[in-house]
Amino acid sequence: MTLVTIDKKDWLKGLTAAAESYRLFGPVKEKDWHQFEELDKGEMPDLNMVNTRLSPKALLFPQSEDMLEYSLDETRDDHHIMKEVRKDYSPRAVVGIRPCDAKATQLIKLNFDAPDIKDPYWLKAYEATTFIGMACDTPLSTCFCTSTGCGPYHEEGLDVLVMEQNDAYLAKILTDKGQVFADASGWATTSDDAATFEAGKKAAEDRIVSKIETDNLADTDLLELHGAPFWDDVAFACINCGTCTFSCPTCWCFDIQDEVNGKSGVRMKNWDSCMFPIFTVHTTGHNPRDTKTQRVRQRFMHKLKYFVDKYHTGIMCVGCGRCVRQCPVNIDIRRVCELMNSFNPTDACASQG
Amino acid sequence: MENPYLPYPVRIDDITVEAEDKSLKTFKFVFLNKGDEEKYAYRAGQFGELSIPGKGEIPIGIASSPVEKGFVKFTVNRAGVVTTHLHNMKVGDIMGLRGPLGNSYPWDLLKEKNILIVGGGFAFTTLRSSIVYMLDPANRSKFGNIDVVYGARSPGMLLYKDELVQWEKRDDINMHITVDATDDPDWKYNVGFVPPITEQKAPQGGDDTYAIVCGPPIMIKFTQPVLENLGYEHDHIIMSLENRMKCGFGMCGRCGIGKELVCKDGPVFTLDQINKTPREY
Ligand SMILES: Cc1cc2nc3c(=O)[nH]c(=O)nc-3n(C[C@H](O)[C@H](O)[C@H](O)COP(=O)(O)OP(=O)(O)OC[C@H]3O[C@@H](n4cnc5c(N)ncnc54)[C@H](O)[C@@H]3O)c2cc1C
Ligand code: SF4
Ligand code: SF4
Ligand code: FES
Repeated sequence: MTLVTIDKKDWLKGLTAAAESYRLFGPVKEKDWHQFEELDKGEMPDLNMVNTRLSPKALLFPQSEDMLEYSLDETRDDHHIMKEVRKDYSPRAVVGIRPCDAKATQLIKLNFDAPDIKDPYWLKAYEATTFIGMACDTPLSTCFCTSTGCGPYHEEGLDVLVMEQNDAYLAKILTDKGQVFADASGWATTSDDAATFEAGKKAAEDRIVSKIETDNLADTDLLELHGAPFWDDVAFACINCGTCTFSCPTCWCFDIQDEVNGKSGVRMKNWDSCMFPIFTVHTTGHNPRDTKTQRVRQRFMHKLKYFVDKYHTGIMCVGCGRCVRQCPVNIDIRRVCELMNSFNPTDACASQG
Repeated sequence: MENPYLPYPVRIDDITVEAEDKSLKTFKFVFLNKGDEEKYAYRAGQFGELSIPGKGEIPIGIASSPVEKGFVKFTVNRAGVVTTHLHNMKVGDIMGLRGPLGNSYPWDLLKEKNILIVGGGFAFTTLRSSIVYMLDPANRSKFGNIDVVYGARSPGMLLYKDELVQWEKRDDINMHITVDATDDPDWKYNVGFVPPITEQKAPQGGDDTYAIVCGPPIMIKFTQPVLENLGYEHDHIIMSLENRMKCGFGMCGRCGIGKELVCKDGPVFTLDQINKTPREY
């Protein structure tokens, strides 16, 4: 691990140099919110944002992505034969990703980069990307990353972690990929000020006051939690809009659809949501998750129980607070987690008895 | 990197209308590229994604058997967009096939065991694959008694009729074919729903006997208590689930029942395993 210091005056110059060998992505302001986008030449990531409205998951997992293409023109020899769509997997870097979103990438990786099967679209994009994180010194009241196995200076999933220090940035180079990016940016002034980094981390963590408890989730029986009495109450106001799942950096469910234009077509992957009734409906009309309660329960059970039991790496939430801030009816995962974590099946039986 | 979304190109080699109301057709596919058939090595109970460019993909159980070479077969019920389009396709048409997907029936566990197969309606496809596999001269000695209860609404709705007749004549498989009702005076098999026929004809359960049950939900519901009364423990009752699917290999998240994904961890589960899930199927 190397520490380098970058004078703010040299920031633009460094990124401009990096843009010679990387496609750069970063947060930019769009109307009233921030959004991760590919940066134009000379455009700088806006590091004054706290967090983007949508997570940067779309950088590796676009909301809609063409996967295969084909021709339906029967005069062609290859008609109706599917082929991979060509993609640009040249080196790219995301500058200004928050540690919570970087950690979320590692959780999503468990799904797309399974030991026995890989999603080549996600994985190739992931492997092509260098993640330059921006430490988070100004959390929102809805941030609860420190109790989700993450934090405002968390390094998991990052190649470089940058913190702001007056007129300079202090950058911690965490991986070889990060070093290559630093070299390309001319970030060469080493620093021995690890103490500043530690102090910044400590101060930032102390600023996060919102917390959840997850210690009982693994040991509570899955079916008892599924049958807990609070689900109707939790789901009562939900309108199944899907905002929570679309904005979440750790939600990965998708649909596969064909789209035809004239004689040529593509097969694509589109974000989908367990909140939508058609997500699970069979052709017969039978729907295993027919009610709103069942769908809301699926979202929270997946994040806070099924995932916990399946991967043994904690919950499928990094505490970014997007779903809390943007839910139109104020459904709050922190409250649901509290209900689930404090749920005691025997008490529930006794009180019903 | 292997691309699990990319189908093998196949050609429709033959189409058989299976049911009197034409709602069921069996499609025989051959692979366009040399070597793809070997890559498609499957076990009975697995499924494939039939992939029609411009229309979409559907998960369908593999009806042919691993011991049949040179082609793969699927029997498809006309239901919605993709299945209806497929029913209108013709011999020679090109499309795609992905897979094989899912876990299959537990063939290692079933070795040396007596097998009871209970099937209803068009869910008989992977059961046909299994029967052909077990009856293959190279495999028959690996299994004990084989009993098959198979029912459909009427004689004309039974799948694979020629094979059923052949199996009836054999002495190494006990066939119990039934129809809900028929006015055919020459019908020489059973009349009645699958659960009561199972009750009358099926062997007792026990450590060495497994039941494989596939059929419409209503049949499964009434067959379960019959099997329990016959002494089948829940870990000796094997079923195949049909959740809505997309990817078929555990990535799109659609087919979850609790922490299990039906496409990857299943579609075959024992009833004992299913009891431990929230049963959202
Ligand atoms: C493991 C498995 C094995 C199956 N085996 C057979 C079989 O051998 N024969 C047979 O006729 N049918 C089988 N089915 C059911 C078959 O997949 C559906 O009838 C079919 O997907 C309906 O597609 P559609 O486009 O005609 O209907 P639409 O309602 O128009 O469906 C549109 C899309 O939704 C999805 N979908 C809808 N319903 C289902 C469903 N029940 N299961 C899975 N995906 C669905 C598909 O992606 C489909 O492309 C099986 C299903 C599963 C999961
Ligand atoms: S954002 Fe809120 S209202 Fe919308 S689906 Fe999620 S929980 Fe329901
Ligand atoms: S569940 Fe909510 S708080 Fe947790 S990672 Fe997703 S959007 Fe952020
Ligand atoms: S169908 Fe995609 S996860 Fe099962």
